[in-house]
Amino acid sequence: MPMHETLILVVGLAAVLTTASLVAAILSWRAPKPLSSTLVNLNQRINAWWVMVVAITVAFFLGRSGMTILFALISFAALREFVTLTHSRRSDHWVLLGMFGIIIPFQYWLVWTAWYGLFTIFIPVYCFLLMPAITALHGDTERFLERVSAQQWAVMISVYCVSHVPALLTLDVPGFEGRNLLLIAFLIITVQGSDVLQYIFGKLFGRHLISPKVSPSKTWEGLVGGLATSSLLGALLSFLTPFSPLQAAGVAFIACLMGFLGGLVASAIKRDQGVKDWGHLIEGHGGMMDRADSLVFAAPIFFHTVRYFWT
Amino acid sequence: MSKLGTRTFTLLQTVTSVGLSALAWAVTGVRPIWNGSQPSDRQRIYFANHASHGDFILLSACLSEKERARTHAVAAADYWGKTRLRRFIAEDMLSSVLIHRQWTDEAENPISIMLSVLDEGHSLIIFPEGTRNMTDEPLLPFRSGLYNLSMARPDVELIPCWIENMSRVLPKGQFVPVPLLCRVVFGAPIAIAPGEERRAFLDRARQALLALNPRPQRDD
Repeated sequence: MPMHETLILVVGLAAVLTTASLVAAILSWRAPKPLSSTLVNLNQRINAWWVMVVAITVAFFLGRSGMTILFALISFAALREFVTLTHSRRSDHWVLLGMFGIIIPFQYWLVWTAWYGLFTIFIPVYCFLLMPAITALHGDTERFLERVSAQQWAVMISVYCVSHVPALLTLDVPGFEGRNLLLIAFLIITVQGSDVLQYIFGKLFGRHLISPKVSPSKTWEGLVGGLATSSLLGALLSFLTPFSPLQAAGVAFIACLMGFLGGLVASAIKRDQGVKDWGHLIEGHGGMMDRADSLVFAAPIFFHTVRYFWT
Repeated sequence: MSKLGTRTFTLLQTVTSVGLSALAWAVTGVRPIWNGSQPSDRQRIYFANHASHGDFILLSACLSEKERARTHAVAAADYWGKTRLRRFIAEDMLSSVLIHRQWTDEAENPISIMLSVLDEGHSLIIFPEGTRNMTDEPLLPFRSGLYNLSMARPDVELIPCWIENMSRVLPKGQFVPVPLLCRVVFGAPIAIAPGEERRAFLDRARQALLALNPRPQRDD
């Protein structure tokens, strides 16, 4: 546990959240009562951020097992939202059970034991081929391709992609031994920070919608402003990483761009299924997938960038 | 009926009730949507769609602890009374009211049994389809118990409750639940209009329940 950097992180995050809470409290205090829905939502969001930061900090101090369990639970919540939203039939019962009862535990066991070879192909090769085979053996062909595709997407997004976050702990970066937890902190802070910054820039300067059919809130101004500032944030956080400040900015840029694309794809799925949020797990934010969609897309690319260039 | 004679739960029933509600939350994240009615102390008959053994657990998990302790599900004696284990689960653990769907003896008249439970001040959960719905229809036609109960006890509120997704969590014939998000939508109370025919009322009650389904196009 790199204590010096950890201390800076905890104090820094607490300072940012305290500032946010104070600003929201002052705004709420001066605003006419009852509070507008925007302010209520802002307060809920900030409170939920406190809970999420505390949960991740606790997992951080518990090290590899804490992180692995935390992200297995995140996968559980995300998979539950994904499967709830997509079409399934009674005959899919055992495949769905296997997704929760076998795929999640096994994938995270592979993370925990650092079995990279199987970790990286278990879902995209074995589950990819065996899940539709089980469905076919059940003999129910009604909307077959739609059902198996939804199952594939569910495990790829909610389990495979998410598991790349704790898998960062298994990378052997020369000269960076014992400090891999900081890579997770770097990834989460830049990507989640980028979400917030894109939102703020979009609210302040947003004019031109990127894809009005998919999302009414994603603007070019928000994207450019958010990516620029979160790349800068990445450079400032380079002391956490094996990267130089310039490299850190570049890696943060790629991760945050992927995060943006993740949000876009998640919006398209929600639009297709006719819902606004994935669920209601996190007060003010919606479901787990509403908060994690950017991380889902960023994590595997970040993982492989670090693995290819730094190990 | 002896099992309901006392108004309070036994220790076993309390433990079962708290445990199952916690389990229902862990598996399905269940939450109530009060859409036309509110939690209240009034005596009620909750009527709901039925596709799974978990339906009653999910519905009672949405009630306050006090309301849960006096609310009993009505279950079929020909299924839940079949073996000693089933009867133990239904009566001693879940404090359900067992009725016979096919009855000849007047002592087994389901309406009299349910009325006697209501007269002790309890609330009921009933599934007016009469069986777990295994068809592609979202809701089967209602049997007439709902009408008879309401005619006999017009002061008891009838609350329609749409249970979402439970048929996917625990389909008929399965015993291990798949974790999926569930909601229970509680609608506005419905009452028999003056002079309303039995069939007309039952169809109206059925429509009122169907109208609560938040995502009708997806139920299969």
